Amino acid sequence: MMEELVKTVEPLKIADPILDIEHLCFYYGSKEALRNISLALPRKRVTAFIGPSGCGKSTLLRCFNRMNDLVEGVHIEGTIKLDDEDINAPDIDVIHLRRRVGMVFQKYNPFPKSIYENVVYGLRIAGVRNRTILAETVEKSLRAAALWDEVKDRLRESALRLSGGQMQRLCIARAIAVHPDIILMDEPCSALDPIATSHIEDLIDELKQDYTVIIVTHNMQQAARVSDFTAFLYLGELIEFDVTNKIFTAPSKKQTQDYITGRFG
Amino acid sequence: MSQHFLREIETLKKKILAVGAAVEERISQAIIAVVKRDAALAQQVAEGDDEIDEMEVEVEEDCLKILALYQPVAIDLRFVVAVLKMNNDLERMADTAVNIARRAEYLATQPQADLPHSLTDMTQKVQKMVKQSLDALVQGDTTLARKVCVADREVDQLNKEMHVRVQQEIRAHPEQVERLIHTLSISRHLERIGDLATNVAEDVIYTVEGEIVRHRTLAYS
Repeated sequence: MMEELVKTVEPLKIADPILDIEHLCFYYGSKEALRNISLALPRKRVTAFIGPSGCGKSTLLRCFNRMNDLVEGVHIEGTIKLDDEDINAPDIDVIHLRRRVGMVFQKYNPFPKSIYENVVYGLRIAGVRNRTILAETVEKSLRAAALWDEVKDRLRESALRLSGGQMQRLCIARAIAVHPDIILMDEPCSALDPIATSHIEDLIDELKQDYTVIIVTHNMQQAARVSDFTAFLYLGELIEFDVTNKIFTAPSKKQTQDYITGRFG
Repeated sequence: MSQHFLREIETLKKKILAVGAAVEERISQAIIAVVKRDAALAQQVAEGDDEIDEMEVEVEEDCLKILALYQPVAIDLRFVVAVLKMNNDLERMADTAVNIARRAEYLATQPQADLPHSLTDMTQKVQKMVKQSLDALVQGDTTLARKVCVADREVDQLNKEMHVRVQQEIRAHPEQVERLIHTLSISRHLERIGDLATNVAEDVIYTVEGEIVRHRTLAYS
């Protein structure tokens, strides 16, 4: 009874995707990290990437804002279109791309500056000087990151004095401050306790009103809780992409089922 | 997932099958009590219900423990949820067997009368449905489970025929009304067991295929 999966289903079709990935292959030197991935990611929804360590989910995530450019000897084939624009085209401004596609990392990494300065950092780099705009952005971003009430009276204090969960929310506020379209999150809760994790998860739910969120997580329950869609990757290949509810109750592929039920990986 | 979890699932499977086997036995004894007019056996079926109730509670507690501790997903989740439901259905089958046994106790006090042929037919069909639903569970056999769902329609039809027949007999032999009503009750209880076996079969289909086929006649074919 446990072994049999009966049906194969049509691949999920996403109308008006924000990211459209076609035949993506990615190499670290001669090592193939992603193999022929085609995937359309829905706008203003949360998509989770799951899979065992080394399956390529973080590599895929980092392709979306070209963070992999910083790694020596990488090579990419296929296309990634952000709103119909090829993000790997030669004329693309990578700084501008990264403003549109923000990122939150596994280990919270606030700058050794004040809370205020952390949030406005991106705007300052972009040349914004107007204090009213900066102050408004700080409040708006911190509110959106569900941190405002906790820090509004100490905006000039060092960000490094915040708790881990608060620092991670500050990093989210920093990402939001530059009005991105997409927020990439690479294991955003792995260094947090369950309460801080639940704050971030609530926040992710709020964020999808305005942003597209793509999250990499090892925590299967977290993927099930926070995401609308889930992609399962294994050995650099996309095995299955579907509505999260479907993936966690009745996945179509045996490999997906074996992974999420812990029978391998 | 840990070996622990896999062991828990295996144990749960064994326990639900044990409930199934015990219930199958109770139904069989209740029917024998009717056919052989064996009041003592009927009494035994009624008294044995506590044991099934205890087994049911134990299986439910195991399911809740697995859900709370392991948060199963996919086929494991479907299996645990299906067991929770089957457990309930099996316990109700046992209750219904007790109801049949009560009717047998009464009929044993009455003068001997032949049981209607359609009732005998129903007992065989319903026992087969229960057996097949449990076999389907053991083997994860959805073809067999679908057979159970189809057989349920035949049992429903036989029950309807019994209604008509008993009405006619009451008109012809009004002095036997009590005996006839008890006989009709047995038919209704058998039909109910058939429904519950169908529920079990539908849960087997859900576990294996991930699709809820309840209320969807076409899904049986």
